Amino acid sequence: MRESRFPIVMLGMALLFLVGPFVVVFISAFSGDRTLAFPPSSFSLQWFAKVLTVEAFQASFVTSMWLGVLSTLLALLMGIPVAYALARYQVPGAEVIRVILTSPLILPALVVGLALLRYFVLIGNNSISFGLLIGHTALLLPYAVRVVSASLANLSRDIEDAAHSLGANRLQTFFRVVLPNIRGGVAAAGVLAFITSFNQVPVSLFLTGPGVSTLPIQMLLYMEYTYDPTIAALSTLLILFSILFVLLTERLLGISKYV
Amino acid sequence: MNMSDFLSLENLTLAYTKGTAVVEGLHLGVAEGELVSLLGPSGCGKTTTMRAIAGLLVPRAGTVHLAGQDITHLPANKRDIGLVFQSYALFPHLSTFENVAFGLRMRRVGKDELAHRVMEALRTVGLADFAERLPAQLSGGQQQRVALARAFVIRPRLLLLDEPLSNLDAKLRLEMRAELRRIQRELGITMLYVTHDQGEALALSDRIVIMRLGKIEQMGTPEEVYAKPKTSFVAQFMGWDNLYPLETIAGVVGLPASAGYTHASWRPEAVLTGSGNLQGRVLARTYQGQSVEYLLESPFGSVKAVVAVEQAQWHEGQTLNFALPAEKAALLKG
Repeated sequence: MRESRFPIVMLGMALLFLVGPFVVVFISAFSGDRTLAFPPSSFSLQWFAKVLTVEAFQASFVTSMWLGVLSTLLALLMGIPVAYALARYQVPGAEVIRVILTSPLILPALVVGLALLRYFVLIGNNSISFGLLIGHTALLLPYAVRVVSASLANLSRDIEDAAHSLGANRLQTFFRVVLPNIRGGVAAAGVLAFITSFNQVPVSLFLTGPGVSTLPIQMLLYMEYTYDPTIAALSTLLILFSILFVLLTERLLGISKYV
Repeated sequence: MNMSDFLSLENLTLAYTKGTAVVEGLHLGVAEGELVSLLGPSGCGKTTTMRAIAGLLVPRAGTVHLAGQDITHLPANKRDIGLVFQSYALFPHLSTFENVAFGLRMRRVGKDELAHRVMEALRTVGLADFAERLPAQLSGGQQQRVALARAFVIRPRLLLLDEPLSNLDAKLRLEMRAELRRIQRELGITMLYVTHDQGEALALSDRIVIMRLGKIEQMGTPEEVYAKPKTSFVAQFMGWDNLYPLETIAGVVGLPASAGYTHASWRPEAVLTGSGNLQGRVLARTYQGQSVEYLLESPFGSVKAVVAVEQAQWHEGQTLNFALPAEKAALLKG
């Protein structure tokens, strides 16, 4: 059975690479030591307590939350009609639009961040919060368009024509027939967009400024000056938060088939 | 425009964006309560014509009148025209009841009347017990019935059906065919029925319109188009399998070389076997239960003959005498 052992070893390695770092972070979070070390020599919950007392984390967590929620909503609000138009109408230059819309997925986020910085801070005279919101929305829009497009592709045009012939106008057809049938895709796009915004570092790095910062940026800054397990504890909380969030939406809406 | 026509298409030219015309200069009138079939092979423009009548496609030229009103540019949702799709196109997220209720809700029909009319429609198609099911929980035939109920419950001025039976198996198709005819009679509704199946068109229609390459080739009652085809295309579509150029066959069977006609044709049942002035060699013999179908090789081309099983005495390779009776011939143009 020599040949059957190889895939199992590879699978083990893959899991080790994927899950290993999380295990290290997870265990370190419960450390009783003063500095980040692995394995810890003693255990405690003190770093979880400390996370909650760091003011920069509290404020930036709130920023990240509203930023994530608002930019996701904005991206969906724009992305759904865009995806619908691309799927249903013969839009002139549809291919160009598609390439432009997906470019933030291909370009390095640092470049996008710099471009957005120039756009919002150097040219316009906008507030930091506004710049962040627009920057994140622009970043999330491609995710929204792509995922919603995928679920629209599975919806037959005849169904809309049927609604139309039964007396529904375009708007009624969209809200009563199209939207209920792409609900799962929209939810999946929303979850994906929110997580992307919440974890975003490169774009936020350029667009944050005095008084306004997101949680990942604050974590980076904190790590530059303090080398204690607080970050591990915070990371553990964030991982649990993400898992819970995804499980909940999967349970409620069954999104996994769209992503 | 003929004033008695309930639905009238005048000089209708249809095309998809930028493409060449799919339908060109079509004229068609349908009387109230009539069931007319648009029959033709795929690509003949029959579905496109139907979409234009429904308002899902804006004509490049020409007009559509319904009950005397010009509806050429009226949006589909204001036409009161019922549509049944080949794919059924039921709303996947709504129950049978809500699917049928959709058009009534759009018309703001009151709660009690709505429930009454939906259930009545479901009873008509025999699905009253399935009101709460989702489309995915119904069989193909049941989905078809829901689609039909959904279309006629709004009491449309016209009901359009696009190959509604083509996704059903043979037995169910025959059942639904009879069912459709019953419902049409019961409701007295004007219907336009799109199909590529001549058997279906013959069985269902008051009148058949045979289309080819975006134009009407011939129209008439089922008996007319079946018994008196005017062109080679219609003849072949209606099972006139023995088709010959008139100059080849006229002398052989003693037909007058009439001006304007190009072909002559005989149905396989019309071929006389066992006697006659023509000779053919049996290429193939196909047993069909009641009858036997022969494929004969003759000097002017192959001949298909259907012979009652008691008289089917010839075998492959044998030569037999046969005749193409001049009085059974259809003279065709083009």
